[in-house]
Amino acid sequence: MHEWALAEGVIKTALEAGEKEGLQSIVLISVKIGELQRIKKDVFQNALQTVMPEDDPRLGSTRIELEIEPARFRCRPCLAEFDLSDLDGPVDGDQLESIHFIPELAHAFMSCPKCHSPDFEVTEGRGVWIDAVEGE
Amino acid sequence: MDPRLAVIEERLERVGRIVAVTGGKGGIGKSVISSTLALTLGESARVGLLDLDLTSPCDHLILGVDGQFPEEKAGIVPPVIHGVHFMSVSYFSGSHPAPLRGQDFSNALIELLAITQWGELDVLVVDMPPGIADAALDAVRLLRRAEHLVVATGSRIVVETVQRTLVLLKQIDAPVIGLVENMQRSEGALVRALAQDNGVPYLGAVPFDPAVEEATGDPDRLTATEVARALRGLSQRLL
Repeated sequence: MHEWALAEGVIKTALEAGEKEGLQSIVLISVKIGELQRIKKDVFQNALQTVMPEDDPRLGSTRIELEIEPARFRCRPCLAEFDLSDLDGPVDGDQLESIHFIPELAHAFMSCPKCHSPDFEVTEGRGVWIDAVEGE
Repeated sequence: MDPRLAVIEERLERVGRIVAVTGGKGGIGKSVISSTLALTLGESARVGLLDLDLTSPCDHLILGVDGQFPEEKAGIVPPVIHGVHFMSVSYFSGSHPAPLRGQDFSNALIELLAITQWGELDVLVVDMPPGIADAALDAVRLLRRAEHLVVATGSRIVVETVQRTLVLLKQIDAPVIGLVENMQRSEGALVRALAQDNGVPYLGAVPFDPAVEEATGDPDRLTATEVARALRGLSQRLL
């Protein structure tokens, strides 16, 4: 599963952020998962547990919060704002799978529901993002 | 915080050299050079090819990719096409147009670099995006170890554009392996002079070979062309 690769990035980035802040222990890693990428919370939670180094004392009591962030879009030509359910399809399973790997491929398979342009901006809910790293 | 940036260098850490085939101009044969160079390198080394033209990829057509798809294993593992570990957005976008603005290109590139597991390679050939705008700048920014193999043709229009690319690469301290003259129809001095003026090695000429068009999609025929013959010599210098 390719979620593993992203999960590895989350842990590494959190450790780097903790080091920068001089944290001895990371208490919380808060992660947002953009709705557009369609990563399942339980799958990502498992991936995070798999890549978490067992022997790193900074991660001994780390809690990971995962939140799905709804995807929002704004069309550049007509300025319409819309969400995932409004987007023009039809989008088949293979295309959704492609967007799962590379969310920007939404521009290849989806378009604005009002003017049908593929030139839209993903304003929220694109992919995996670390919202906060807290510790002591 | 973007979690993907932290793992890009790790994904490339078992790659010996990263050779970015650069030009600054569309239509000068970067993709044919990249794909054929990868095929010739693959005859004696472990080689990868990354097509970074995310909006109009074409290396998959040159290599004749037919139904292969990356394996999902701790990321995505590039399929091996005729001895070349090959990654391209075309596996996912198919023949659909993917109109990406700068920020979208950047995100797609970061995603691809973060999730691709190259494993151990002697050389990774990167078919760079055309031009010197967002796409090319992002590729240079993210592939810090890349050494640039610059492609030009004997056309005055191309030479003028490639000159700008060479100046830019120097400005940003990007290493340049040298200049390759592509599609040479007759002996000319323009590209040699371009190399000399910019203080980079002239690596030789690749002749214009009409057989390349017929060989597109057929690596066996492609590696028998004059283009492959010329690049085989260059391959040895890269290993």
